[in-house]
Amino acid sequence: MTSHAHSTSIRPYVIVWAILICMTILTAAVSFFELGTTVWHLIIALVIATFKASLVILFFMHAASSSRLTWIVIVCAVFFLGILFLLTLTDYMSRDMIPLMPGH
Amino acid sequence: MTPEPSILSPEERQVFQEDTVLGQHRLQEQFSNLEQQTETALVGMWVFLATEVLFFGTLFISLAVYRWQYNAAFTTASEQLDWMIGGINTVILLTSSLTMVLGVHFARLGWRRPLVWMLVLTALLGCGFMCFKGIEYYKDYVENLIPGWRFVDSEWLERGPGTQEAHGATLTEQDVPHVKMFLFLYWTMTGLHAFHVFIGIVVIAGLAVLAHRGHYSRIYYTPIEVVGLYWHFVDLVWIFLFPMLYLIGLHSASEIRF
Repeated sequence: MTSHAHSTSIRPYVIVWAILICMTILTAAVSFFELGTTVWHLIIALVIATFKASLVILFFMHAASSSRLTWIVIVCAVFFLGILFLLTLTDYMSRDMIPLMPGH
Repeated sequence: MTPEPSILSPEERQVFQEDTVLGQHRLQEQFSNLEQQTETALVGMWVFLATEVLFFGTLFISLAVYRWQYNAAFTTASEQLDWMIGGINTVILLTSSLTMVLGVHFARLGWRRPLVWMLVLTALLGCGFMCFKGIEYYKDYVENLIPGWRFVDSEWLERGPGTQEAHGATLTEQDVPHVKMFLFLYWTMTGLHAFHVFIGIVVIAGLAVLAHRGHYSRIYYTPIEVVGLYWHFVDLVWIFLFPMLYLIGLHSASEIRF
């Protein structure tokens, strides 16, 4: 259902906010370190951003206590975003491979 | 019902809805009860946000593909951006998300004054974000980072990605269009995001006025929740924009290195 925890405390929200701020500082700090290649920076930045996004969706947008219908919409959004990224990247990243394939 | 201040359960809200004039007044005729009406509004906003995910997703995939193809130009251009302002804006937006969710929380409790204050604070933090955005855009103007208006090709030939892999190489004339490509994406993405923030500020300010006039109660606070979802989504987009535009490659440009 759409209504939820019956606690009147604001503590959970403040804790989530504190974690989000710490993660922001962490993601900025990590970018000062030489990690060999840029790929590692990309991976770490994406992992931290996804973690932060999950916290916002689950607790600030109350997805954790939302209806199944809401979850279908959320999963659909992520699924189609995944298709958008996967199919576009397989196209662009495999274009150089075509001369190596038989018949070219 | 309850002497202690508490958030109403769906069942309690149902009773209130049937027992009070306010509850009956709020229920529109196509819904069988307030609970269904509220969920319809919330799911409607989630569906809109799902379309927004794909809308911003296309811009993120463009950034990813072009960054992969023109890595040197994109890294060099990214290093010219002011990550400090981006970082401050991240903190501002995250804090505004906290005040927004506290607003929803107080609305559920039916506390009018705290609700109004939280909405006002959220709108003000949104304005703070826009101020820093303005400062940043002015810096971009001064530093010739606006292709088509303030952009000098030759400046970029002296710059290069500062990464170890690049071995101090600088950009060539062929790279300059790709630098412009990054800046176009930067302006489009941050511009569209700022536009979303602007809409959010206006709507939240409007809600603050309505809340002040007592439009919302423990039984009816759907607009607060719906707009809250929108505002958190704007925050979500920035959570990804900040590292993707400002941070990847920052390490190389920096004087401080570990």
